[in-house]
Amino acid sequence: MNQPEANHHLLSVLVENKAGVLARVAGLFARRGFNIISLAVAPTEDEAFSRITIAVDAASAPLEQIVKQLFKLINVVKITELDPRQAVERELLLVTVSAPPEARSQVIELVDVFEGRILNVGHDRLTLSLEGHPDKLDDFEELLRPYGIVELQRSGRVALPKIDHSTSRLRPARAS
Amino acid sequence: MQLNGSQALIKALEMEGVDTIFGLPGGAILPVYDPLLDSPIRHILVRHEQGAGHMAEGYAHVTGRPGVAMVTSGPAATNIVTPLCDAYMDSVPMVVITGQVARAALGTDAFQECDTIGITRSVTKHNELVTSAQDIPRAVREAFHIATTGRPGPVLLDIPKDIVDAQNPASQMEWYWPTDQEVRDGLPGYRPTTKGHPRKIRDAAELILQAERPILYVGGGILKARAAEALRELAELTDIHVVTTLMARGAFPDDHPLCLGMPGMHGNYTAVTSMQKADLLIALGSRFDDRVTGRLDGFAPEAKIIHVDIDPAELGKVRRPDVPIVGDCRLVIEELIAVLRRKMAEGQAPPDRSAWKQTISGWQEKYPLSYKPSEPGEALKPQFVLEQLRANTPEGTIVASGVGQHQMWTSQYWRFNEPYTWVNSGALGTMGYAVPAAIGAKVGRPDKMVWAVDGDGCFQMTAQELVTAAAERIPVKIAILNNAYLGMVRQWQEMFYEERYSEVYLSPDLPDYKLWAEAMGCVGMRVEAPEEVASAIQKANEIDDRPVVIEFRTDSQEKVFPMVPAGKTNDDIITDPALGEDYVQ
Repeated sequence: MNQPEANHHLLSVLVENKAGVLARVAGLFARRGFNIISLAVAPTEDEAFSRITIAVDAASAPLEQIVKQLFKLINVVKITELDPRQAVERELLLVTVSAPPEARSQVIELVDVFEGRILNVGHDRLTLSLEGHPDKLDDFEELLRPYGIVELQRSGRVALPKIDHSTSRLRPARAS
Repeated sequence: MQLNGSQALIKALEMEGVDTIFGLPGGAILPVYDPLLDSPIRHILVRHEQGAGHMAEGYAHVTGRPGVAMVTSGPAATNIVTPLCDAYMDSVPMVVITGQVARAALGTDAFQECDTIGITRSVTKHNELVTSAQDIPRAVREAFHIATTGRPGPVLLDIPKDIVDAQNPASQMEWYWPTDQEVRDGLPGYRPTTKGHPRKIRDAAELILQAERPILYVGGGILKARAAEALRELAELTDIHVVTTLMARGAFPDDHPLCLGMPGMHGNYTAVTSMQKADLLIALGSRFDDRVTGRLDGFAPEAKIIHVDIDPAELGKVRRPDVPIVGDCRLVIEELIAVLRRKMAEGQAPPDRSAWKQTISGWQEKYPLSYKPSEPGEALKPQFVLEQLRANTPEGTIVASGVGQHQMWTSQYWRFNEPYTWVNSGALGTMGYAVPAAIGAKVGRPDKMVWAVDGDGCFQMTAQELVTAAAERIPVKIAILNNAYLGMVRQWQEMFYEERYSEVYLSPDLPDYKLWAEAMGCVGMRVEAPEEVASAIQKANEIDDRPVVIEFRTDSQEKVFPMVPAGKTNDDIITDPALGEDYVQ
């Protein structure tokens, strides 16, 4: 999880917004032995479609084969491979961390440095949120760990291509 | 026009040109069986849902039209999973309709409820739980479109009972029939590529004209694409030898001088070795299956690869092609022929391949398919039975088989000269396939004689469908090669497990196949002597009002050769040790 950039690929998969499509995608990965690092799914601007952002472990299978098999699913409309260097990636992290009065100010300081937010305050715990690049979330998580992480949930990454002159690097990862 | 869901379903099937449904009714699908009474569609009432699925496959194999099966929910749906998987792996167009509990009962563990969509997701090209009566015509049109285009395959529609139950207001719908454009628009993610890329086709032509030792390696895709004629033209134009995989038997005539027959684990020596030594493999609708390649790192080491397939995922899945071409085999071959003709007219010519051809004919002469004939008093040789069967049946006879030794012998010893005369379970290797598949084939092609060659183990799995055949007057003929064993497993135990035979013995006379056949309304015969073989076959050929079963008592020691042992490369092909000097290692 900590160094995903080295071996992960991001696929942005546009699918029909129909019952069971996520199960088809997930089932395909399981059946063909492809590993998912993270997955996020939600409707797009057009409610007929959803976008699934999948970070795949490229070591588990050749990316080309993953893409081709995915594209065989009838409900998959388009697949774009996002080069992590040419995409904006974001992820949301929620964490409840142990923060007794003597440690609380240090935790709050950390939240400030990372530009996170405090969502909930208890006697000896804080619930925090942080939105940002997955690497930043990794660092935040690492720094919070010594205080005692009670519960943690990450959303999985979502991504879109960068708007700049090098959009030609975005190769639609489909045949023909 | 106001219809209810069950009427709409039957009408939609009629609109798709369905003439036969293989099926068995039950609770959830019951409403659909009512309008079926008023439909011209023939329904074949099977004795087990697996039979319905394999019949639909057999029908599809020989007609090229999608087979249709209809069964109820729960156990009926699970019983048809095997044929679905079989059809998926062998790319057989098929539409299966399953009943489902009413929508309100979904997810409640209702009687005969199962998650049919979840269970069949990975063994269908597509499936859909139809959630309203109004959707039925659209869902049926899409199902047939998906099943028959691109790489063909099975599609399943799961139909909740309430949307087809005439008594239920939810089943009311206004009839319509979607246009082609509406079907396209409804499937935005489904656009199979059929036309090959022109530049790639030119690259392929270039490689073909440079190759010194080329081989056409053709698979089942040729048959799915109706490309047998185009293939023949290509082979003759380029004068290149053809190997036909198990799924492609009949795609190129065995009697053609350029035909080398079946490659693979039990392929003949020349087919296997010519691929090994080739400098160019032109793979057309074939997929480098492990049973063809043997150990992959030693497969055809010097060969460049041209790979044509309608499924982009096959290109580079197993072996990276030098020239990948996504497209329909027939269209691509026709384009390729045009480019080759042009290049040849411009004076380009292939190198002198006479040495290669001599090498090939040398192999053919030295290592023909052969077996040791039985001595007087010995059991029948299965190969002899097959030779006799081939010799005593009309040209164009359709032959179906189960899975195992008898399947390999049939593929080896039958002479296939016409496409769509071979019906078998290739990728999934489904024992019990032969009897129902032969019945489906005979329904699809009543004008043709249909024989099933079955093993005794296979026959016991699906024999009950002969009751269906007898009741429906479908005169298929079954040749059981009874060697009293699960023969292929026995062969492996003999060769690779030091003759430690574990759970492979079945007994030659339990059950009594002749009596069993007769009990099912068939003519039963038993043949033990070589001189009786031909006359029994001729007698069976004359019977046209009921199925015939001939049990041939065959030699249980006989093994399938040649053989490339599992995990070995194709260079390690073993021919029959019993043939003495021909033994190759």
